[in-house]
Amino acid sequence: MIEVVPSEGGVVPAAVEVGLVVNGEARRLVVEPRVTLLDALRERLGLTGAKKGCDHGECGACTVLVDDRRIYSCTTLAVMQEGRRVTTVEGLGTPESPHPVQAAFVEHDGMQCGMCTPGQVVSAVALIAEGHAGSEDEIREWMSGNLCRCAAYPGIVAAVRAAAGGAS
Amino acid sequence: MSLTPAELTSSVTGGIGTSPQRPDGNLKVRGEFAYASDLWHEDMIWGSTLRSPHPYARIVSIDLTEALEVPGVYAVLTHEDVPGANLYGLEHKDQPVLAVDVVRYQGEAVALVGADHPETATRAMKRIKVEYEVLEPVVDMETAADDTPLHPGGNLVRHVPIRRGGQAPTADVVVTGRYEVGMQDQAFLGPESGLAVPAEDGGVDLYIATQWLHVDQGQVASALGMPLDKVRLTLSGVGGAFGGREDLSMQVHACMLALHTRKPVKMVYNREESFYGHVHRHPAVLHYEHGATNDGKLVYVKARIFLDGGAYASSTGAVVANAATLGVGPYEVDNVTIDCYGVYTNNPPCGAMRGFGAVQAGFAYESQMDKLADALGMDPVDVRIANAMTEGSVMPTGQVVDSAAPVAQLLKLVKDKPLPPVSTTLDLRSMPGGVSNTTHGEGVVRGIGYAVGIKNVCFSEGYDDYSTARVRVQVINGELVALAHTAACEVGQGLVTIMQQIVRTELGVQRVTILPMDTSIGNGGSTSASRQTYVTGGAVKAACAAVRDKLAKLAGGRDLSEVDLVELLGDDVVDETVEWRHRATEPLDPETGQGNAHVQYGFAAHRAVVDVDVELGLVKVVELDCAQDVGNALNPQAVLGQIQGGSAQGLGLAVMEEIQTSGGKVRNPSFTDYLIPTVLDMPPMSIDVLELADPNAPYGVRGVGEPPTISSTPAIVAAIRAATGLALTRVPVRPEHITGT
Amino acid sequence: MDFLRPNTFAEALALKAEQPDAVPIAGGTDVMVELNFDHRRPPALLDLTRIAELREWSAVDGKLRVGSGVPYARIIEQLGGQLPGLAMASRTVGSPQIRNRGTVGGNLGAASPAGDTHPVLLAGDAVIEAASARGTRMIPAAEFYLGVKRNALEPDELIAAVHLNAAPGPEQFAKVGTRNAMVIAVCSFAIALHPAEKRVGAAVGSAAPTPRHATAAEEFLAGELDWDAPKPLLDSVKRRFGELVAEAASPIDDVRGSAAYRKHALAVLARRTLGWAWQDHLGKETRECA
Repeated sequence: MIEVVPSEGGVVPAAVEVGLVVNGEARRLVVEPRVTLLDALRERLGLTGAKKGCDHGECGACTVLVDDRRIYSCTTLAVMQEGRRVTTVEGLGTPESPHPVQAAFVEHDGMQCGMCTPGQVVSAVALIAEGHAGSEDEIREWMSGNLCRCAAYPGIVAAVRAAAGGAS
Repeated sequence: MSLTPAELTSSVTGGIGTSPQRPDGNLKVRGEFAYASDLWHEDMIWGSTLRSPHPYARIVSIDLTEALEVPGVYAVLTHEDVPGANLYGLEHKDQPVLAVDVVRYQGEAVALVGADHPETATRAMKRIKVEYEVLEPVVDMETAADDTPLHPGGNLVRHVPIRRGGQAPTADVVVTGRYEVGMQDQAFLGPESGLAVPAEDGGVDLYIATQWLHVDQGQVASALGMPLDKVRLTLSGVGGAFGGREDLSMQVHACMLALHTRKPVKMVYNREESFYGHVHRHPAVLHYEHGATNDGKLVYVKARIFLDGGAYASSTGAVVANAATLGVGPYEVDNVTIDCYGVYTNNPPCGAMRGFGAVQAGFAYESQMDKLADALGMDPVDVRIANAMTEGSVMPTGQVVDSAAPVAQLLKLVKDKPLPPVSTTLDLRSMPGGVSNTTHGEGVVRGIGYAVGIKNVCFSEGYDDYSTARVRVQVINGELVALAHTAACEVGQGLVTIMQQIVRTELGVQRVTILPMDTSIGNGGSTSASRQTYVTGGAVKAACAAVRDKLAKLAGGRDLSEVDLVELLGDDVVDETVEWRHRATEPLDPETGQGNAHVQYGFAAHRAVVDVDVELGLVKVVELDCAQDVGNALNPQAVLGQIQGGSAQGLGLAVMEEIQTSGGKVRNPSFTDYLIPTVLDMPPMSIDVLELADPNAPYGVRGVGEPPTISSTPAIVAAIRAATGLALTRVPVRPEHITGT
Repeated sequence: MDFLRPNTFAEALALKAEQPDAVPIAGGTDVMVELNFDHRRPPALLDLTRIAELREWSAVDGKLRVGSGVPYARIIEQLGGQLPGLAMASRTVGSPQIRNRGTVGGNLGAASPAGDTHPVLLAGDAVIEAASARGTRMIPAAEFYLGVKRNALEPDELIAAVHLNAAPGPEQFAKVGTRNAMVIAVCSFAIALHPAEKRVGAAVGSAAPTPRHATAAEEFLAGELDWDAPKPLLDSVKRRFGELVAEAASPIDDVRGSAAYRKHALAVLARRTLGWAWQDHLGKETRECA
């Protein structure tokens, strides 16, 4: 079935209905096609955990999981994720029971300003699942898509290592 | 989402000297910490800024007609709509809120649009017709003072001369050099953002990411033509600062739109606009001459330093004073001649960035020390130690350094650390070029370099530098609870943690709530100059002392440690507000640069080990070790975080970070081409922290955040020089500088 | 802006025929940057991510067909043995997040001179399978890149797949960037040995308006290398090869590097990668003779 969503006179972008499973919950929203997944999460679903640091796929603050794989939500459109499972930092744990990666970031102080932290945390969750937490060098290579301007990198690496069970 | 930031009530234990978890940590890892860009208000509209595409041009006309016709547009404003004074600035009021007849840099704000959606605002901005008459920009900092005047008083913002000792000295060995520092960006990860909400009393409430609420408040009120009490600021979550949020960005703009439309207005810059939206680190050209005896004792230092302030002054004057007064580094020199100039050009405006003038001078004087060591055939660490200042040394300003200055000790500490082994495996990640597979060891040469630096802590030159803290204790549900309130900005450095630690230590209360920072309390001063633990920490400590005095009165002379405070207080509340100042400083003599201008000095030393692919000019920093005196590490983990962060930003300046301009235009306003270090670029650091208390400072603390930014850059460049044998007089060092192509 | 989301490739081709100005989008790495910063407002976007067949690869008799929608991460994981050069280049693309989304098809579609996989495709004699409602045609990589961000596709065509032989000999890829991760190429170079044909493929990236073969360098090596009795290479041969590769480039000065540096660096990369590839070849020969 081909879905064609026409625009009205080419001026006002047409809206498209999108269904996403966000943090385990089925959500439907109507967005313009040009709306990024990041903007849809932040502005339409009120999930402001993923951050907009560069809007360019160059900083990692917007990292989310789509069908368990980490991607930059600023360089994909919401409509392209129809039917997919999206996990943001808000979906990882609860205040009472944080995800082990979240707990490790607090424990090892893997942050300062915290603007990159949601992206770092989500990226680290994926990295561990991918099996890339074997050594500190490997963690560095596979965390290199998430910038931290405060350079809390030693704490970040320690947190990932600890969360992956490699704390020594 | 609430506009008011959460009170930080996380009740982790731990007084000073421990490293409790930061009270905002759980919010940050859950994505619930509300940054300014996350704020939302019912019925809010969006503000956008039309900026000049030209570095220097006369505005012939502005036609808003078509923009106003765009459906969804609420307001289009120009300089004619600025209600109050259309000039602001940190030191000199020289920058228009919106340009009037002329634009002096690419990206200068010309008009504002308020619309129902950012997309609508973008469409409207494209319909604003601005006719420019393009003028020839002034871009050379060394000749700018004699070029076309860009401001009424000419292009010299400030000249600071330093004259100490003999002015015609001679020496056995003389080395000279010309050095250049490129324009570095703070590149905080959270671009400028804020939300202005019009209030029923005709005033405005601004929720903003900034470094200094009260200086923003004053400037905004002046531009709006309002009394201070009508302009109320609350700090939102700040996504990094590093100096780049000390000046105004969209503060006045958002308030103007809010007052004009009577609607809440949100403004958020994107990354490209952020490069135009804040000041950068001053690029510099530095001419140095060092004279020394044959056994390596410095006889004299002469320097002429040029700092490019760009189109508006911002904090150029203070940056000039820093580069001048700290211009010989942490060394004893009897004869000093320094002239430091800050100038206007049509380049992007420059102001505060971590290290603030000391970074530029540090690269030059440390390069000179290496050159001197080379000329003398001495070890570069030995020549530094031979001249290292100590407590009691006299600065080029005549000021006596009256607390610890362990320069030689810091150098010895980094020198004595074991060296990392040369990599014997073919792991691309350990090679210059990394997984890009540029070498399997070919052309790779190891180099080791050292540097040490000096930074003033707190505001200088007679500035009335203080902070205000309020501490309140009461019994809630049978538990003693303290609450601390200041206007001092938490930008990620961990001030909120330190405040809790101080209150716990001073009052013995475990549960400490930090109230949101806002202008309902007095000035907290700037989160800059490595000063908040010192000054706001001092204010919180003093407020706790005032609370203790009150409690002692309630206790009627009994020893408080033997009193049950819960019982003593009952339903009473003790609430004390204190304004706390560090010791006064003096202005510099305008002819000689003499005076007790600084409060405190901080020192750090680095050893850098690098592998350089000398054929490709690629650099891998293998290890970056640091030793720093922090007086008293109130929170050891936070201290390490500051040293790691400062060192990383120094690494960035050494090998990759530069805003490149051409004819005043920025060529790389994106994270694609303005590169900051990734986790793979930042090497392991071994850090030694000395705690030599400063008797003049609360708890003996010494500012931590900036010194490591100063010595990191020259240590890395020295290591690259050691590997290549090249002079390398400019940072960042580019591959071309190493390959000579 | 229209948004077209076909579920099959045939549907995609029909849509592209109807609306040739629709911009295909897969990983989004290039297209989204232009959209987000308003550098481009295409009348329509054609979402290729729902088309399962584009995400498949297959190998028949040593000939690989890699669907244009296979992300870099899978090329690294699944094709490193058969297409080592392509896997090496893929490992240098962006970051783990980008490699989970970005595709070779996207690299080809954008045709940026700095695209990381182009030199490998050229050196390995890749053929691009371009499809339209009118049919399918095969375009050799050497004829695919026409100019800065311009390729040989007709307006109604989409990239279906890339065809490559499983590497017949050693391959190498190297890229210069001024950061150790997440960096766009200042310049890049790929080499592929084709021992059966007694020749070498060599190509440069980010050093001319298009990625291109270093033809004179390839021809020089064809005459110098002794495939029947392989022995270690003389430095003079590697050097000359490097010079010829540098001469093949016509780079510009930009924020990422100077033209002179690019030429210099290409010569170094060519010299080194030839050494590594030939060393691999020697090792293989020795093992096979033993």
